[in-house]
Amino acid sequence: MKINKKRYGMVLLGLSAILILSIGFFSVLGTADIRSIDVFRIVLSKIPIIKRHISIEDLPASHEAIIWTIRLPRVLLGVLVGASLSMAGAAFQGLFKNPMADPYVIGISSGAAFGATIAIVLGINISFLNISTISIFAFIGALGAVFIVINIARVSHKIPTTTLLLAGIATSQFLTAIMSLFMVMNSKDLAKIVYWTMGTLAGKGWKPLVSISIPSITSMIIMNFFVKDLNIMLTGEESAQSMGVDVEKVKIYVLVLGTFMVSMSVSISGIIGFVGLIIPHMVRIVLGADHKILLPASALVGGIFMIFADLVARTVISPMELPVGIITALFGGPFFLYLLRASKR
Amino acid sequence: MATIEVKDLYFGYKDEKVIDGVSFEIEKGNLVSLIGPNGSGKSTMIKLLNNLYTPWEGKIFVEGKEINSFRKKELARKIALVPQNSSINYDFTVEEIVRMGRYPHKKRFQREDEEDHEIVEKAMKDTNTYELRDKAVTEISGGELQRVIIAKALAQKPSIILLDEPTSHLDLNHQIEILNLLRKLNKEKNTTIIVAIHDINLATMYSDEIFMLSGGKIVDRGSPEKVITKRNIEFVYNLPVAVHRNKYTNSLSITPLNV
Repeated sequence: MKINKKRYGMVLLGLSAILILSIGFFSVLGTADIRSIDVFRIVLSKIPIIKRHISIEDLPASHEAIIWTIRLPRVLLGVLVGASLSMAGAAFQGLFKNPMADPYVIGISSGAAFGATIAIVLGINISFLNISTISIFAFIGALGAVFIVINIARVSHKIPTTTLLLAGIATSQFLTAIMSLFMVMNSKDLAKIVYWTMGTLAGKGWKPLVSISIPSITSMIIMNFFVKDLNIMLTGEESAQSMGVDVEKVKIYVLVLGTFMVSMSVSISGIIGFVGLIIPHMVRIVLGADHKILLPASALVGGIFMIFADLVARTVISPMELPVGIITALFGGPFFLYLLRASKR
Repeated sequence: MATIEVKDLYFGYKDEKVIDGVSFEIEKGNLVSLIGPNGSGKSTMIKLLNNLYTPWEGKIFVEGKEINSFRKKELARKIALVPQNSSINYDFTVEEIVRMGRYPHKKRFQREDEEDHEIVEKAMKDTNTYELRDKAVTEISGGELQRVIIAKALAQKPSIILLDEPTSHLDLNHQIEILNLLRKLNKEKNTTIIVAIHDINLATMYSDEIFMLSGGKIVDRGSPEKVITKRNIEFVYNLPVAVHRNKYTNSLSITPLNV
C-alpha cells in the first residue's frame, strides 16, 4: 500500500507533530524530574511578544537551566543531525540507484571528520559566512573522500554495490586511523577521540547548533528542488537524459548538497553511522519511492530517530553516557547485514 | 526539409569503431526500421540520434538544427526514446511514470496543470494503459510496461519517436500489439518513427523504409521490396534464405534455408 499523492501534506504534517512532541518528551526524560509541558512553556517564554503571556515563575530556576541550556540545544542538534544524515542518505540511494549508499558507509562522514580534525589540530581559523572553520574543513574533507570513493568504485559508468562498499569502508577506515593518530599525538585524551569517532550530541550548547542550523536547513530545502529529476533518474540514466534531465549536473548538485549537509552535522557531532541507511529504507517501505515525499519524510523521521537514540545513549547506563553512534550502530549494523543479504538474492 | 539528416557519422566505444561513416535523411512521417545482425550498430545509431553519445566525427541535424545545439529539454520535446531495457525496480504507479513525460515541458518550479493532465490521460488511453494507471510498474507484465514506456514517450508530445528493440522480450501477440500501436500513431499523428528491430519479417510488414546495417555501415536502404532481397540477406547474415511474398499479409517474408 502506498500513500496517495494528495495525502503527502497530511503525512508531513503528522510527522512534524510527532517530531515536536518528541522534542518535548525526550527533553524531559533524564535525571531531573521535569514535565514535558514545561519544555514548551520555557521555549515560549523565550519568544518575544508571546513571552508576556507565559509565566514560568512556578518552575525552579534549575529546571529552566537544565532544559534551556543543556537539554533543548542537545535535542535540537539531534534533530538537525538526524535529519541531515537521513535526507542525504535518501538522496544518495536514489542518485546511485544503490540501496547501500549512505553517508557513513560511503566514507563521507569520515572524510568530514578527518577535515574537521585537521582544522582542530592545526588550529586554523578562517570562518566564512558565519560557518566555523571546522565545518568548512569538514566539507572539504568530505568532498575529497566522496571524490576518491566514487572514482575507485566506478566500473565504467556504473557504481556497483560491492565496489562502493569496499571503497567506502577502506577509505573511511584509513581516514579514521589517521584522524585517531593525530588526536592521540595532540590531545592524549582517548575519551575525546572515542566520542568523536563514534559520535555524540553531548555538551555542545547553543553556539554550534546556531552556527550550522542555517546552512544545514538551507541545503535541505535546496535538495528538494531536485525531487523530479531524482524520480526520473530512478527509471534509468539514459532514459532520464533522453527526457531532458541534465543527469551529470543533477548528480553533482545532489552530491555536493548531501555532502554539505552531512559535513555540517559531522563537524559538530562526530561520526554517527547508519542513520542515513536505516531511515530512508523504512520510509521507502511505508511511503514509496517518490522523492517528493521520501526526502522530507526521511528528514523528519531521521530527526525523531536520532533524539530517541540519544535518549537511550544518555539514560541506559545513567549517570554515565554512551556515544550515540554506538546506539545507532546497534540498530544499524544488523539492518545493514540484512540489506546486504537481501540485495544478494 | 528532412526531419533528420545525418552526415558522415563516425562513432565507437573506446577504440572500437561501431558506426563507420553513415549518412542518411529521414522524411517527416516515415516509419523507418533499422535492421542488421547483433553488433551492426542499430542500438548505437538510435542513441546517437537522441544525442546520448557524442559522435567522433560527423553531424546530425534535427529539423534543420544541429542536434547538440538544442537545450536538453528542447530536444526532449522533439524526440522521445523508448530504450531497450526499461525495467524499473521502484514502485511508481503507471500514471506517475507517464506523467514524467511532461518533464521537458515544465520549468523547475512549474506545476502540472489541466492540460498536462489531459495529455497524460490521452497518452494512457492511446496505449491501452489507462486501466492500469494506479498499478505499480513493478507489478505489471513486460508487454504492459513497454506500453507504459511508450505512453510516457507520447506524453512528451514529440514529433519523432526512437525505439530500441521494442518487441525483443515480448510474446508474439504483444509484439504485434506494440507495432500496430506504432503504426497507428504514425498514420494518425504523422509522428516520425525510427525503430531498431531484429525481426526482419516484422520490419517488412510495418515499415515505409528499411535501413540495413552491417559493420557500422548502411548496406542498403529503401522500401522493403528494395532492401529485403535474397542477395542482401545472404550477404549481411551469411545465411541462405528464400524471400517470398506472404500471401496473407502481402508483405515480403524470409525463410532460412539451411535447416
